[in-house]
Amino acid sequence: MAPTLADALADPLIRLTDLTLGYRRHPAVHHLSGGFREGSLTAVVGPNGAGKSTLLKAIVGALRPLDGRVTLHGLTAADIAYLPQQAEIERDFPIDVLDTVLLGHWRRVGLFRSIGPALTRQAGEALAAVGLSGFERRPIAALSVGQFQRVLFARLLLQDARLILLDEPFTAIDARTTADLLEVVRRWHGERRTVVAVLHDLEQVRSHFPDTLLLAREPIAWGRTADALAPANLFRARAMAEGWDDKAALCRRSAP
Amino acid sequence: MTLYDFAAAPFLEFGFMRRALAACLALSLGCGPVGVLLVLRRMSLMGDAMSHAVLPGAAIGFLAAGLSLWTMSIGGFLAGLAVALLAGLVSRVTALREDASFAAFYLISLAGGVLIVSLRGSNVDLMHVLFGTILAVDDAGLLLVAGIATVTLLTLALLYRPLVVECFDPGFLRAVGGTGGRLGALCHLVFLVLVVLNLVGGFQALGTLMAVGLMMLPAASARFWAEGIATLALTAMALAFASGIGGLLLSFHLNLPSGPSIVLVAGAGYLLSLALGPVGSLRTRWFPGRHLEA
Repeated sequence: MAPTLADALADPLIRLTDLTLGYRRHPAVHHLSGGFREGSLTAVVGPNGAGKSTLLKAIVGALRPLDGRVTLHGLTAADIAYLPQQAEIERDFPIDVLDTVLLGHWRRVGLFRSIGPALTRQAGEALAAVGLSGFERRPIAALSVGQFQRVLFARLLLQDARLILLDEPFTAIDARTTADLLEVVRRWHGERRTVVAVLHDLEQVRSHFPDTLLLAREPIAWGRTADALAPANLFRARAMAEGWDDKAALCRRSAP
Repeated sequence: MTLYDFAAAPFLEFGFMRRALAACLALSLGCGPVGVLLVLRRMSLMGDAMSHAVLPGAAIGFLAAGLSLWTMSIGGFLAGLAVALLAGLVSRVTALREDASFAAFYLISLAGGVLIVSLRGSNVDLMHVLFGTILAVDDAGLLLVAGIATVTLLTLALLYRPLVVECFDPGFLRAVGGTGGRLGALCHLVFLVLVVLNLVGGFQALGTLMAVGLMMLPAASARFWAEGIATLALTAMALAFASGIGGLLLSFHLNLPSGPSIVLVAGAGYLLSLALGPVGSLRTRWFPGRHLEA
C-alpha cells in the first residue's frame, strides 16, 4: 500500500496498526494502518461488504480485532458517541421524543441525578437544531424514519462527545433532512470534534468531507478526499472480490 | 342481596378474607410493574416459564418440611433462580437463544417437580402446590408477600433508568452505561431475580401454575389504557388489585377455588381492555373517529 497522509501523523487521536478485523477468521478489513487526527472530518467509503461498519465497531470496542490493534489516545469510552446503522432500538417503546433526547445527558446524570431545567433546556435546543421543535411530547412510535434519525442526532448533540462515529446516517433520509443533519456535522467539525462517517453518496462526500478513507476490505486510499476518490482508486475499489471463500488459506502477510 | 352484603360484608366479617385481600394488594403492588417490564422486554412468556421452574424447589421444600411456607418459598426461589441463571449462561456461551434455553430448563424443572410431589405427597398436597390457597394465608405468608412487594418496589425505583433504557435501546446503554458495558447485564439479572421473587410470593396464594396470571394479565391489559411506563405500571397495579377483589368475592359467594377465580377475573379484565381500552384496542381500530386537521 502507498504511504498515506495518516501514516505521516505523529500522534493521531485514533491509530490503527496493521488492523485485521473479521468474522469467523475471515477478514472483513485486511491489514489497515493509519490514523484519524483530532478534529478531522473523515468519510469512510467503499462497496458493500468492504468492512466499513466493521471498522466502526472495532473503534468503539464492540469487536475484537483478529490481528493488529486500535489505539485511542486520551479517549475513554465516555468520549465516544456511536450511531450504528441498525440500532437495536424498540421503535414502539412507550417513550416520548424529549425523554429519548435527554438520554444524551447520561454521562452527566447517570443512574440517579435529576435532570433539571438547564439540562431540559439544552435538550430543547438540540431538538431545535435538528428541526424538531414542538415534538417534545410526541411518542417515538409516531415518528417517521427520518424524524427519528433527527431525534438520534439531537441525542448525539447532547452527548457532547469528542469522537463521533456515524454509520450510514443518511440512508433512507430525504434531501432536506440530510442537509439539516449535514449542517449539524459541520457544526461538530467547527467545534474541533473528530467525526468519522460511513457514507455512500460520493457527491456528498466530495462537498462536505475533507478526508476520505476508501476501503474495499483492503485499504485502497486514505487522505484528502479529492485524491482518495480519484477514478483509478474507485476502479480498484469496485474490483474488490466480495466472495467468501470457505477454504481460504491462512494469510501469509501476518506470518510471524 | 345488597351491595353491602355482596362486596363489603365478606371482608368485614371474616378475618381470612381480610388477609387474602391484604395479600392481593401486596401481590398487585409487586407484580404490576414487574409484569409491565416483562411485556416491554418481550418476555411475557418467560414469566410463565419461570413460574413452572419454581415447582421442583417448592416440592423439595415440601418433602423436607411438609407444607411449610418458608422452606417451600426458599426452595422455589432457588429453583427459579437456577433456571434463570442457567438459561442466561447457556445463551451467552452457546449459539442457543435465551428463550429456547429457558423453555428447555423449565420443562426439565417442571417434570422434576411433579415427579417429586407425586412420589411422596397425596393428590391434595399436589393441588395445594399447583393451585395455591389464598384463603389460608397466615401471618408469615402475609409478611412474605409484603416483604417481596417492598423489595420489588425499592429495587425498581433504584434501577428504573437503566432498566428502561435496557429495554428501549440496549446498544446505547452498553456504550454509555459505564462499568465496562456490563450495567445492562447486571440490570437484566436483578430483574430476573425480581421476577422469581414475585412468582414465589404469588405461588402460595395462587399456586405455581397461576402465580404468573396476576403478573401478566394486568400488564397486558394496561397496554390498552396507558402510554407511559409509569402510568402503565400504575394501571397494572390497579387492575391486578381489582382482579384480586373480584376473584375473592366470586370465590366466596360461589364457593369456587380462589386462585383460578382471581386469574379468570384478571382474564375478563384483559378481554374488556382489549375490546374497549382507549389505546390501540378493537374499539379504536373499528371506530377510529374522524381524522384531525394536522
